[in-house]
Amino acid sequence: MEILVCVRRVPDTSENEIELNSAGNDIERDDLVYSINEPDNYAVEEALQIASRVGGNVTVATVGGEDDEEILRREMAMGANHGVLITDEAFSGSDGRGIATILKAFVQKGSYDIILTGVQAEDGGAQVGGMLAALLDYPFASLVNSIEILDGKKLKISREIEGGNKEISEIDLPCVLSIQTGINEPRYVGMKGIRQVASIPIPTFDVSNLGLDPSGVGEAAAKVKRVDYFIPTLGKGAEILHGSREENIDKVLELVAAKGGLK
Amino acid sequence: MARIFAYIVHKGGVVDDSAFELAAAVRKIDPSASPTAILAGWGTDLETACNSLRTSYAEIWKIANESLAYPNAELIRKALTKIVPSNSIVLVAHEHFGIDLAPGLSIKLNSAFVSDVLDIAGVEGGGLKIVRQEFGGQVSAHVQCDISSGAVITIRPGAFKPLPGAPLGGTVVDKSADVGTLTAGRRYLETVVAEAGDVDITKHNILVSIGRGIQEKDNVAIAQELADALGAAVSCSRPVVDAKWMEKSRQVGSSGKTVKPKVYLACGISGSFQHLAGLKGSPFLIAINKNPKAPIFQVADVGIVDDILEFLPELTNKVHELRSVAAK
Repeated sequence: MEILVCVRRVPDTSENEIELNSAGNDIERDDLVYSINEPDNYAVEEALQIASRVGGNVTVATVGGEDDEEILRREMAMGANHGVLITDEAFSGSDGRGIATILKAFVQKGSYDIILTGVQAEDGGAQVGGMLAALLDYPFASLVNSIEILDGKKLKISREIEGGNKEISEIDLPCVLSIQTGINEPRYVGMKGIRQVASIPIPTFDVSNLGLDPSGVGEAAAKVKRVDYFIPTLGKGAEILHGSREENIDKVLELVAAKGGLK
Repeated sequence: MARIFAYIVHKGGVVDDSAFELAAAVRKIDPSASPTAILAGWGTDLETACNSLRTSYAEIWKIANESLAYPNAELIRKALTKIVPSNSIVLVAHEHFGIDLAPGLSIKLNSAFVSDVLDIAGVEGGGLKIVRQEFGGQVSAHVQCDISSGAVITIRPGAFKPLPGAPLGGTVVDKSADVGTLTAGRRYLETVVAEAGDVDITKHNILVSIGRGIQEKDNVAIAQELADALGAAVSCSRPVVDAKWMEKSRQVGSSGKTVKPKVYLACGISGSFQHLAGLKGSPFLIAINKNPKAPIFQVADVGIVDDILEFLPELTNKVHELRSVAAK
């Protein structure tokens, strides 16, 4: 199996408190810690496990800039055979459709049986995988939480649906699958592993060698554009207890007893 | 303004609650719109579901096709591509079916796509100003969506309140003949129902619920000790299950269990909407999180900014202390 995994580098929400900048129109981007989008890591692990079961190669690709090489190397340290950086000034400002258009051009430069993405990125779009599949006219499944290789032509997959139930289907190859978190346990990557792949050249692709029409990607083609960020106000907000820890504990027990019928 | 459709999910003849929320979203985009529902399926279930929407939609487009007895997103995408007029706006609920259907539908309709929408802030020029959330709900964003060639928009369940008002007296229009034969590269086999698990978290009045803040598997015991002391059960959010620290049967949320406790102690849980969707019956929500910006504090009744790994053991000790005093 030739497997392509589309990955993305994002601000790591487990490492950062996301705040607005002083102008109030963007998030504060100084000092943000970036890492691979967490669901993408599960997608790469799944690709590696499939390749080790049935043979094949795993390629990780990202659309971005030089800074994004670090996540490609991280995934190569996990065991991915190739990393590819798809980068061009003309890609800047692309919406989901633009990214899917770029990836389609890259996919058509190679030959892949399975294309994986993470279920969604930090912006919660959950869009590029389904768009890429539609552009390629490949079958697609989202929220995939198990993959079984039936033969060289099709897979048996499970999707996570409501209440933790699983929807089982078979899907023809080649296909695009968006991978749900929890499908596997992504392997640990140490500094040593990253050093071992540090000098492997990472090929790049741009508008001209992908044969893309620059007017079909980037900001000019984007139908969806972010205007600004703001802090949401969903509810009235919690009453924050400002006492000492001991006082807060007393208050919590009082509330649990009052509201929950604690005996 | 373009024509606005809502694609409706239904099961066993009953439409999903989102059907009425989508009708409200249509009116938010265009107060003068005659909302049109589209339902696909087969047999009496489809007829029943269509008829149940007569009060909420002006028209109900029905796609009856034996191959749609189980909703397959690829087949339904192909059907919709044949019947939806160009430049239309199509709304779909942002749940597992909508996530499967909507991105590809936007490609085939050659229209813009915006997912997981919370609100429509306005209609400006040839576009919609739309409210979404990013970074797990820590910040919201306005996005501008060009609708000149139509749009596919997925709507977060619960974000729009169903509208009261005069019944629309909708008519059912049969579009089945326009669809033709449908084939797909993905074929449904069966549904496997989730395993029950050792503890039924739906049956407890008090839940000590843990999230990513529990940090490692060994720390789950800290929550279990508190739950034992309180006569409660331990539940969790998705990252805890993903990390294999607890069984799936303990997960609260749209992809886990729906619970109705009296008190919910959210410990180190950020508070994503998928998690909150599993909380029903308005439990008293106490949130403990060391990140003061955690979205859970926006919806909790009471919040404490503290490290759960220190707070919970002290809370457990206090419960034991009170019990031993009471026993004397």
